[in-house]
Amino acid sequence: MTDIKITIIDRQGIKHEVDAPTDMNMNLMEIVRSYELAPEGTIGICGGMAMCASCQCYVLSGHELPEMSYDEDLMLSEAFNVKENSRLGCQIFIKEELDGLEIELAPEV
Amino acid sequence: MIKTDILIIGAGPTGLFAVFEAGLLKLKCHLIDALPQAGGQCSEIYPKKPIYDIPGFPEVLAGDLVTNLMKQIEPFQPGFTLGERADTIEKLEDGSFIVTTEKGTKHHAPIVAIAGGLGSFEPRKPPITNISDFEDKGVEYIIRDPEFYRNKNVIISGGGDSALDWSIFLTDIAKSVTLVHRRNEFRGALDSVEKVQELKNLGRIELITPAEVVGLVGNNGLEEVVIKQGAEVFNRECDHFIPLFGLSPKLGPIADWGLEIEKNAIKVDNTLDYQTNIPGIYAIGDVNTYPGKLKLILCGFHEATLMCQSAYQRIFPDKRYVMKYTTVGGVEGFDGSKKEAPKAVIKSID
Repeated sequence: MTDIKITIIDRQGIKHEVDAPTDMNMNLMEIVRSYELAPEGTIGICGGMAMCASCQCYVLSGHELPEMSYDEDLMLSEAFNVKENSRLGCQIFIKEELDGLEIELAPEV
Repeated sequence: MIKTDILIIGAGPTGLFAVFEAGLLKLKCHLIDALPQAGGQCSEIYPKKPIYDIPGFPEVLAGDLVTNLMKQIEPFQPGFTLGERADTIEKLEDGSFIVTTEKGTKHHAPIVAIAGGLGSFEPRKPPITNISDFEDKGVEYIIRDPEFYRNKNVIISGGGDSALDWSIFLTDIAKSVTLVHRRNEFRGALDSVEKVQELKNLGRIELITPAEVVGLVGNNGLEEVVIKQGAEVFNRECDHFIPLFGLSPKLGPIADWGLEIEKNAIKVDNTLDYQTNIPGIYAIGDVNTYPGKLKLILCGFHEATLMCQSAYQRIFPDKRYVMKYTTVGGVEGFDGSKKEAPKAVIKSID
């Protein structure tokens, strides 16, 4: 099993460096939940279908991320507090090339 | 006053299936849901998504699952209070409960089963700092009565079906309709997008895109909204601002019912029957939490089944009962219908 390191800044501004497995088909939203870095019920409300934007995050590092799907793009067009570097955590799957990724959780709405 | 045996709060898959299990025990159910239709998230958020982990269904659309559940519980004639949110609960001396909705509808039952999922669906409010000052003074998140907007200047924001559909609908009623959206693309149904385009071409809807409402101005009510379009920021006079950004679930008033809350969910004392810290109130499905909890529809079905057995014992403490298979007992509806396995015919061969 290969793990990568990801830095997550939670909604209180606290920085966490966590290990994320690349072989479990997990996404960023699920990593946040598995480390309980945001209260249950405030993240991943739709379960990861790009349908609620509760897992919106800001990508701080320069990693090349998978291209945004139509669904993710449109969901972000209706989300709040959206910035240039906004993505939905549920649409970013943990892969080796994301080692060292740094993200910040968007505020809860 | 609506009277029932088990009052179920939340008409999602777990709440609906509880009606079936209760029905087998001859208990009547009534459901309350804040949404105008049954099905919870399955109907509201992802009706067209396939679910692959419902036992016995290799694949079923969430919307079809709800349709099937509604059909399955039909013989047990459940009552529904839809479009109303359960707001307050009162425990009577005999241990029964009265639950009142925000519209004042009262329900009386010896058992309350909360199957509220992640909570009741409430409008998502845009993060405009002073927006709460203008709520019901020009800012509405839900259109209750379109006539309210007759001859008014209305600004709608959002890019989904409800923003598009209401913009279209209000053009015949309001004095002016302006639709503000952050993108040029809209997420709604193609027909609605085309209709808005047509109304825009006719000058009946003003479209401001890509733009965002970032501020609200007014003394005793809304007078202007502040719109940011690219680098440009300008004010626009209006009587009403209606942000339509969909719904998101919030635990809401249930959190103040004296129930133990943990991780935005209701803690249940045990997994024998999913009763809460208040005897007679149960929590089933995604709304509850206990060690090992998984928020899965199939787990909700199991929890609903155990809850009903416990509820029966609570209502009839002196009655003996053993669980019966539907293959043996069939399904006897409250409507007089009866489904049962066909009896084998014995015929001798001469």
